[in-house]
Amino acid sequence: MAFLEKLRRSDYLIRQHHPHEVGAPILRAANLSVRYENVSALEDVSFELEEGERLAVVGPNGAGKSTLFKVIAGVQNPTEGQVHVYGHEPGGHICIAYVPQRSQVDWSFPVSVADVVMMGRIGKLRLFRQPRRCDWDIVQDALEVVRMQHLAKRQISELSGGQQQRVFIARALAQEAELMLMDEPLSGLDINSKNDIFQIFDKLRQHAVTILVAMHDLQMAAERFDRVMLLNVQLLGLGTPAEVFTSEKLVQAYGGHLRLIHTDEGVLAIEDTCCGEGEEV
Amino acid sequence: MIDLLLTPLQYSFMVRGLAAAVLVGVICATLGTYVVLRGMAFFGDALAHAILPGVAIGYLVGGGARGSVFWWALLTAVVSAIGIGTISRSTKIKEDTAIGIVFAGTFALGVALISTVRTYTADLTHFLFGDVLGVRTSDLLLIVVFGSLILITVLAFYKEFLVVSFDPILAKTLRLPTRALDFLLMILIAVAIVVSLQTVGLALMVAMLVTPAATAFLLTRRLPVMMVLGGIIAAASGVVGLYLSFYIGIASGAAIVLTCTAIFGITWIVQTLRQHILIRSRSSDEARS
Repeated sequence: MAFLEKLRRSDYLIRQHHPHEVGAPILRAANLSVRYENVSALEDVSFELEEGERLAVVGPNGAGKSTLFKVIAGVQNPTEGQVHVYGHEPGGHICIAYVPQRSQVDWSFPVSVADVVMMGRIGKLRLFRQPRRCDWDIVQDALEVVRMQHLAKRQISELSGGQQQRVFIARALAQEAELMLMDEPLSGLDINSKNDIFQIFDKLRQHAVTILVAMHDLQMAAERFDRVMLLNVQLLGLGTPAEVFTSEKLVQAYGGHLRLIHTDEGVLAIEDTCCGEGEEV
Repeated sequence: MIDLLLTPLQYSFMVRGLAAAVLVGVICATLGTYVVLRGMAFFGDALAHAILPGVAIGYLVGGGARGSVFWWALLTAVVSAIGIGTISRSTKIKEDTAIGIVFAGTFALGVALISTVRTYTADLTHFLFGDVLGVRTSDLLLIVVFGSLILITVLAFYKEFLVVSFDPILAKTLRLPTRALDFLLMILIAVAIVVSLQTVGLALMVAMLVTPAATAFLLTRRLPVMMVLGGIIAAASGVVGLYLSFYIGIASGAAIVLTCTAIFGITWIVQTLRQHILIRSRSSDEARS
């Protein structure tokens, strides 16, 4: 991760699109609403994040998790409300990375692992410029962070699910993202691959990268994240797992799709029975 | 054998035809890489048909002159590409439905316009199925100029087209002008169609855009290789197709397209068999160990 330090001191950040406003929070969302036709995907969502935080975003399918991420990334405009990243509209930043769901990626596309990671550099390259030596060095370093350097020349369809996820995190690193939005990166991975991803999350934290992770596994959200956000079109809770995962709020979010089991110690054992792969909204 | 290859070259129309077929093949296959990877085959087919009214107007206005047909076709192609691109983004109707409506409507208008001329069946046939042996030196010049423009643009915007095709959301978070890039690609396809008009004709155009690139896709896992390989396959199909057309006496455009299709078919069968054998040998290895 020394390379992230190297980057921060280098001249790359001078060319970033918006200067970061001093003292502004990394992310502030105010009264966000997104409506398609007459259906609400998000309703009046407001919150603030601190730099370096690791936040799990949980909620049933169709809760608006992907929509929220696209609005934060500045890829989609909210119907109402604003997002500010370091005090500016997200559309002016190239330090926000959106890591798509694996099911949304065309894995047969004829590109190698290194090609995909290089795509993260393209925001820094001017028109008609080809990647320079230092760009390839950064790609190499990013692959080392996720321990994928030995597979740099592989075509992306030849990777396992966990490796595919790591390539996309490396791409976000090559993009020099300070805010990473990850759409269900843990779905469908075995426990070892999940642990690999969490090790990478720990490395990211040391370098003050803020990450938002959409996920279905409530237990993992409770155990491995600083704060959790419970979303079902409206923001039902944001805070420590103990504050947010109360039976009242969970029933509000999941309705009949959730089973709450009261144990002797009074702890809630919780199970999200609605998780399916490939959420669209 | 050598005589068989050399005899057709005594005719200058064959030499010009071969040059046109090779150039058009390379241009279409390079762009076709994006058509295949982005699933734009139907768009390409529709666009080819949609320029018929432009061809007809150029034909009627110019009294059959080639130059007039070319420029009118170019104008119509660019307008149609922008039109289809705009309609498919802004209405409630699904993209393929919108394309279907526009393409059938404009195609009918083209047929109607050409049918006002008495010799229309013969002329219409040339526009629909091509007339590569009627290519003149001035036509070749237009192919070279516009073809180079297309290839230079594809090279110049290589990294941008790559990102916008593979991951449009990444392109947006990198703040690339995704909409402009999409339109630029559509306009390039439009120009390629006009350049290829005389070689394969409008009705078979989509084969030049899709088939060689799809064959290359089966053979490689790298985008630049896919472009080069597609170009080679298309150029070879042009040459083989024209020789077939010369010796068997079949329509030249159809012969070129049939050659492309045959190469695709053979490649597909070989690749499928190879995969089967690979899987089988792998599973028998596992059974042994």
